[in-house]
Amino acid sequence: MIDLHHPDAALVAALLLRDETAFRDLVTRYHRSFITVARQYVSSSAVAEEVAQETWLAVIRTLPQFEGRSSLRTWIFTILTNQARGRGSREHRIVPLSSVIATDGEAAVDASRFLDASHRWGGHWANPPRRIENLPEECLEGAETMAALRRAMAALPDSQQRVMWLRDVKGWTADEVCAALDLSEVNQRVLLHRARSKVRAALENQLESDLSR
Amino acid sequence: MTADGFACRYVIEILSDYLEDALDASTRQDLEEHLAECDGCTVYLDQMRLTIRLSGKLDQDDVPEPIMNVLLNAYRGEST
Repeated sequence: MIDLHHPDAALVAALLLRDETAFRDLVTRYHRSFITVARQYVSSSAVAEEVAQETWLAVIRTLPQFEGRSSLRTWIFTILTNQARGRGSREHRIVPLSSVIATDGEAAVDASRFLDASHRWGGHWANPPRRIENLPEECLEGAETMAALRRAMAALPDSQQRVMWLRDVKGWTADEVCAALDLSEVNQRVLLHRARSKVRAALENQLESDLSR
Repeated sequence: MTADGFACRYVIEILSDYLEDALDASTRQDLEEHLAECDGCTVYLDQMRLTIRLSGKLDQDDVPEPIMNVLLNAYRGEST
């Protein structure tokens, strides 16, 4: 039994009492992240979906043993990573580090936007980004902007997309992402940097078109 | 603003680490001095922050109903 003062005590109690709304909310909140994390360890999205479903069954089965030494989320995702790792090793899948960190030396911004080395101010902006804060909030958060953001994120390489999804969409900390995806701090930062840089570029493109309207 | 290695082109590559608070103290200070004088990089940093803020609003979880039903059945203790 967990301590009544544990932040998740009420939720755990509801879940143990077979509160279907609480369970449905929990699945809705984490299922996509399950698939995202599992995909790091297994060969396909279909297998990741299976791992996600198996994890929910394991959560249901073992919830009475949750002792509250961590948050419920951390506990649940520990089960998930164990399941995904187990499945990945049965698939004999080896995650090559080079696939995690693509060594394509991609720059955050195209070199053509900077003055070239022959210039006195070589490396400084030739074509700097324009201020966007004078755009109205409804434009910043409008359907078109959000759609552009979604497209940009979907176009990212998987490893970058996973990190950005967990960090910026789901609000996980760097430590949580490193633990769930088995990444070093540095690799996590590199992947996040590349991902955010590309999504920023897409956002800039979209907002530029709004600015020139 | 100097024409040395601390040019905008390189500055933008460490802005993520800046936002992650992963820079050593002296690099951080150099960066902040650069930002104080450079509009382009300041706007770029604002856009990075905007990207992160708007990404947080993308959250839209939906679980396909057939999958939800399998899980709910398991939760109810029915055979799946």
